[in-house]
Amino acid sequence: MSGLSLPTSSGTEERLVTTSIWTIALLVCGVFLWIVSDVVLNGLAGLSISYLVEAPAQGGRAGGILPILVSTLSILAVALIAAIPLGLGTAILLAEFTRRGGTFPTVVARSLDVLAAVPSIVFGLFGNAFFCVWLGLGYSILAGGLTLACMVLPILIRSLEAAFRAIPDEYRLAAAALGMSRTRTTLSVLLPQAAPGLVVGLVLGVGRVLAETAALLFTSGYVDRMPESWLDSGRSLSIHIFDLAMNVPGGEPNAYTSALVLIVMLLLINGAAAWGADRWVRRATGTS
Amino acid sequence: MKKERPVTSEEKKEPEAACCSPEPSCAPSPEPVAEDCCLPDPGLAPGCCRMTAEGVSVHYGRKKVIEDVSLAMAPGRITAIIGPSGCGKSTFLSTLNRMSDLVPGCAVTGDVRLEGESIFAPGTDLIALRRRIGMIFQKPNPFPLSIRRNIHLPLREAGTRDRETLDGITERVLRSVGLWDEVSDRLDSSAHALSGGQQQRLCIARAVALDPDVLLFDEPCSALDPISSAVVEELIASLRRQYTVVIVTHNMAQARRIAESVAVFWVQGGTGRLIEQGDLEEVFEGTTNPIVQDYIRGGRG
Repeated sequence: MSGLSLPTSSGTEERLVTTSIWTIALLVCGVFLWIVSDVVLNGLAGLSISYLVEAPAQGGRAGGILPILVSTLSILAVALIAAIPLGLGTAILLAEFTRRGGTFPTVVARSLDVLAAVPSIVFGLFGNAFFCVWLGLGYSILAGGLTLACMVLPILIRSLEAAFRAIPDEYRLAAAALGMSRTRTTLSVLLPQAAPGLVVGLVLGVGRVLAETAALLFTSGYVDRMPESWLDSGRSLSIHIFDLAMNVPGGEPNAYTSALVLIVMLLLINGAAAWGADRWVRRATGTS
Repeated sequence: MKKERPVTSEEKKEPEAACCSPEPSCAPSPEPVAEDCCLPDPGLAPGCCRMTAEGVSVHYGRKKVIEDVSLAMAPGRITAIIGPSGCGKSTFLSTLNRMSDLVPGCAVTGDVRLEGESIFAPGTDLIALRRRIGMIFQKPNPFPLSIRRNIHLPLREAGTRDRETLDGITERVLRSVGLWDEVSDRLDSSAHALSGGQQQRLCIARAVALDPDVLLFDEPCSALDPISSAVVEELIASLRRQYTVVIVTHNMAQARRIAESVAVFWVQGGTGRLIEQGDLEEVFEGTTNPIVQDYIRGGRG
């Protein structure tokens, strides 16, 4: 909403529109609150320190989720380590090193939009064929993370590219007039300005990674033991929730508790991303 | 805002910082100094470079924007380019440091020479060229970085790494634009927190830090309030004899106050042309061109 208080008329139309807008907004908030409160109310009872530091027992009905947390974070780490440099590089190439409106960036951008809309199960099949079989990684955290990196890349690139394009040309002109190379300009002047785009891309990407189930069934598998290397199979939290809710009789209370952990983890990671980006921007711009 | 003191000569550029010495490419031309040169000025900083445009025409795609502009910009002098909007003044200015290269579809013919050497010669190092020919834009455009880093960054890129040297240069150039006393206690805060006039002076300091030979100003005061504008104008006037200055301005009174040479651009047949050039007095008092007479009279009123 803008900060202006525009004049309102007292007509029926005005009241109708106002009521509708508020109703829709309350509905959206209501659904969100319903989901969160459902998860919190049903999941909080099972949450304890031991739940976080113990291995699951009896197919997840008892015990904790430590190996699953480790697998989830490992898959996330692999996905981000692969996706962030590739995403940054591609976004910089598209926004800074190709001619605007040219054929190449347009074709790449359209392809990315299509990729972003591809169902995750298709990425799962691709990841299984390419990473697990062709590259011989088998069902592993590495294969799962790399598959998710492919899924996250389109979102990350597009939001970073938009952030770079939103930076006014005056900085590029100023840098050129000062005899600065395009590379230095991009790294020292433009990149800190694109940080908000990186955060948006990361928040969306991390959300997608943590929520992913289908693609991981094909790539990282669902073994719930503690993984010993990147090449071990590992079960992610979302798969654990799916398994408890669908395949394990009496697994529902723990499914709720795992869901609660997942939501809290998502919020913590997003908060950390925003905080980290802010710290980095302060350092990169030399402002204290 | 604080009123600035004019810069004293001791604070100005040190003699060893001559603009033409460090690079072999900018050694003085072997030819004798061109014929239209004024006599060497005793107060001239040793590195001041002569710049000449010879038959410069610019096309944006098919559209011809300026045609056949030949103009000599004498070393250490302030040359003002005046004329109505859309007559190609800024376009012409952007050919002088080849910023025109950055505009898609922009083609320049003719030649621009800096101390006799063509800046359009094949293999010209654009990065080195733009360090020699600084440019200040209409809208102040400091980087969204700290004040300190705004000055350090281009210097580092030019090869100065030592922190003490960098800080020394920073203090010197900020003093030379009268900004030191205003910002010395907040060098690490964002340059965007400064006022418009302070930002523009920071941009001038940033350009001066690279120790250029020529400074190009593209209507540097037109986005500023009258008080800041006066401060910046005074600063530009103080750069005389230290740098060859070319300034595009809409403001006839400003041209009259600070310029020594004047070039008048005009649109004829849809294309910008140079219709009058010469010393300030010559153009403002003695022109016989009726268009120029009218324009100057209009600008006075």
